[in-house]
Amino acid sequence: MAKITFDGIEVEVEDGTTILQAARKIGGDVVPPAMCFYTPLKGSGGKCRVCLVKVTQGSARDPRPMPKLVASCITPVQDGMVVENTTNEEVLNARKGIVEMLLINHPLDCPVCDQAGECDLQNLSYEHGVSATRYEEPRRTFDKVDLGPYIQLHMTRCILCYRCVYTADQITEKRVHGVLGRGDAAEIGTYIENVIDNDFSGNVIDVCPVGALTDKTWRFKNRVWFTKPMNAHRDCPTCSGKVTLWGRGDTVLRVTARKDEYAEVEEFICNTCRFDKKEMSDWTIEGPRHIDRGSVISANHYELPVVNVPIVPNLPKSTVKKMPTE
Amino acid sequence: MGIKILTEHINVPGIETLEVYRKHGGYRSVEKAIKTMTPEEVVEEVKTSGLRGRGGAGFPAGMKWSFLAKPEGVPRYLVCNADESEPGTFKDRVFMEKNPHALIEGMITSSYALGANTSYIYIRGELLFVLRILEKAIAEAYAAGLLGKNILGSGYDLDLHVAPGGGAYICGEETALLESLEGKRGNPRNKPPFPAVKGLFQSPTVVNNVETIASVPWIVNNSGAEYAKIGIGRSTGTKLISASGNINRPGVYEIDLGVPVEEFIYSDEYCGGIWKGKQLKAVVPGGSSVPILPADLILKTAAGEQRLMTYESLSDGGFVSGSMLGSGAFIVFDEDQCIVRNTWNYARFYHHESCGQCSPCREGTGWMERVLHRIEHGHGHQQDIDLLVSVAKQIEGNTICPLGDAAAWPVASAIRHFREEFEWHIKHPQEATAPGAVYRGQLAAATV
Repeated sequence: MAKITFDGIEVEVEDGTTILQAARKIGGDVVPPAMCFYTPLKGSGGKCRVCLVKVTQGSARDPRPMPKLVASCITPVQDGMVVENTTNEEVLNARKGIVEMLLINHPLDCPVCDQAGECDLQNLSYEHGVSATRYEEPRRTFDKVDLGPYIQLHMTRCILCYRCVYTADQITEKRVHGVLGRGDAAEIGTYIENVIDNDFSGNVIDVCPVGALTDKTWRFKNRVWFTKPMNAHRDCPTCSGKVTLWGRGDTVLRVTARKDEYAEVEEFICNTCRFDKKEMSDWTIEGPRHIDRGSVISANHYELPVVNVPIVPNLPKSTVKKMPTE
Repeated sequence: MGIKILTEHINVPGIETLEVYRKHGGYRSVEKAIKTMTPEEVVEEVKTSGLRGRGGAGFPAGMKWSFLAKPEGVPRYLVCNADESEPGTFKDRVFMEKNPHALIEGMITSSYALGANTSYIYIRGELLFVLRILEKAIAEAYAAGLLGKNILGSGYDLDLHVAPGGGAYICGEETALLESLEGKRGNPRNKPPFPAVKGLFQSPTVVNNVETIASVPWIVNNSGAEYAKIGIGRSTGTKLISASGNINRPGVYEIDLGVPVEEFIYSDEYCGGIWKGKQLKAVVPGGSSVPILPADLILKTAAGEQRLMTYESLSDGGFVSGSMLGSGAFIVFDEDQCIVRNTWNYARFYHHESCGQCSPCREGTGWMERVLHRIEHGHGHQQDIDLLVSVAKQIEGNTICPLGDAAAWPVASAIRHFREEFEWHIKHPQEATAPGAVYRGQLAAATV
């Protein structure tokens, strides 16, 4: 076991745990954001750099600070490590800089993007972004590409987190897409114009932190914050069949895997559950799905639009409204 | 003239053949090491020599070797980084092209020291003709029993392979090189684990530059203590310098570390002075990624001491008034060179070569290039200078591999030392974009 101090809070974790996971054990506002790291995917992380933290004391044995900011998602803890995240100006400035980098080539088309409302990049830029851009040049653009009948790739929005690449590598038998090109011309592609065709291909939509990979059966049907999330299950021969249904009235608009507060799926689901079972009668409804993530969905129909009254415990900050005082 | 360790026989006709190479004392170190020394003793000699990595970072080679993990039953690898692609660097190419056996001898001796039975030379894709020279030399060495099973009857086996890259600068970064060598996309890996623990094919691996490995035979033949006598302080031995730019005698020079920079530029033995007797404006002393220094700071440190060609002296003053020896690509600019144009050129290179894996480098290199392009072509705004400084700072230190730093340093240093020139470009776009126009104000001020 290793004991570390994260933003002044002590936490004890297993050896080999990463700093990010240790911070998630504490939870709340101190947890560094993560755009590319995804717990269920081995080898992910280290790419987007938004989870950078300052290690002011390497370990109890060697108390020297680490010279550079480190990516908390891939750096293992050492006993006696002291880490600063939200308490360190340098970290916050670096994060601000990186969010700016992520946004310079992002189209910021949230008003027409299906991911809006549950988008990691949107949340990140609300919290760490700047209100104006310093980037004057044209943004890079790509044409939309259909990756088979169910998935559309809108590369313009992609932040190259590589999650979908790892997903295809690790949970499907054959990966047909990958990263082509280099630098800011790098793109996700199926060389050449291939179709992603296997039972678990739909999971790339769930792992995508932005709206680059979208579900074609759901595109433009509704805004996520108008839909009701429900836990449901069915007897599925290929996957666990445990999903979240997003519906309006009696219509099921989309099916996703169940995601935790860091948008990480509990269990990957198969394409049949995701794309084909769009009737209420296909599913056994378990009840409303509580969404923990800091996004607009949190303030949905199951939680009252509370005005600073803690009826629901641990309500995310984004739901707290500022009302004029009398 | 100092001692020549690497280039002594480089111009001997036929040195690329095994016969001539052996006539000039070639492969003595292999015999000496394999027959009379234990691997640990060889590592110890290299440690004593103080030999530092010649690829750019200058990390002590002996120390790197001693970090190599040695778990039972797991193969170890030595990989020679011949992916020399930094703008301004061409020493390894000349060396391998002329004297391939010297590298092979170094590879055998070093592999023996590290206990590697399979070693690789990862060569830059553009140097296919050098690859053929190396392959020919390796075939000769196999035929002579210097490679393969049971080398010189000692029971030590070594297979040496040459693998070409696809011509990506990023594959000169050691972990990207290993990925590429494994047949994957050349993306740098997250560290830790370091290659010394998990490198090529998840096995302990040492990656060394061509020049580092080629220095090992001399150290084995003449002892590490002898090697340590050459040079000054912690910068021991000799170094190949690729001198280019506006000088009378561009080329590859082997110098004893510690030669004064002034002597290196103006002595007829080396660069032979500035071309056409013009005035020195600036120098990039270690390849495009290190900070550029103006004439006054390259000849003397900020404290007024003479600057020497050593790792320490060139980095004296940190990045405020110093630079780095890097890979030894000495690029000289005379008074007619435009710093803005040059900085844009470098930024364009790094934009093109960024692997696109981590966000600050992927987006930032392109951003810097576009802003510099704007300034160079007369469309800059006054706030662009601070924007560049800020973007460079956002990249520096926040990336997976050093390419981000390498992209940020030249831009930041050019603005630090030549801010006036950038301002002039922005204020006088018409004059600045005229053909051959160069800002000379700062130069005049420096000479007064």
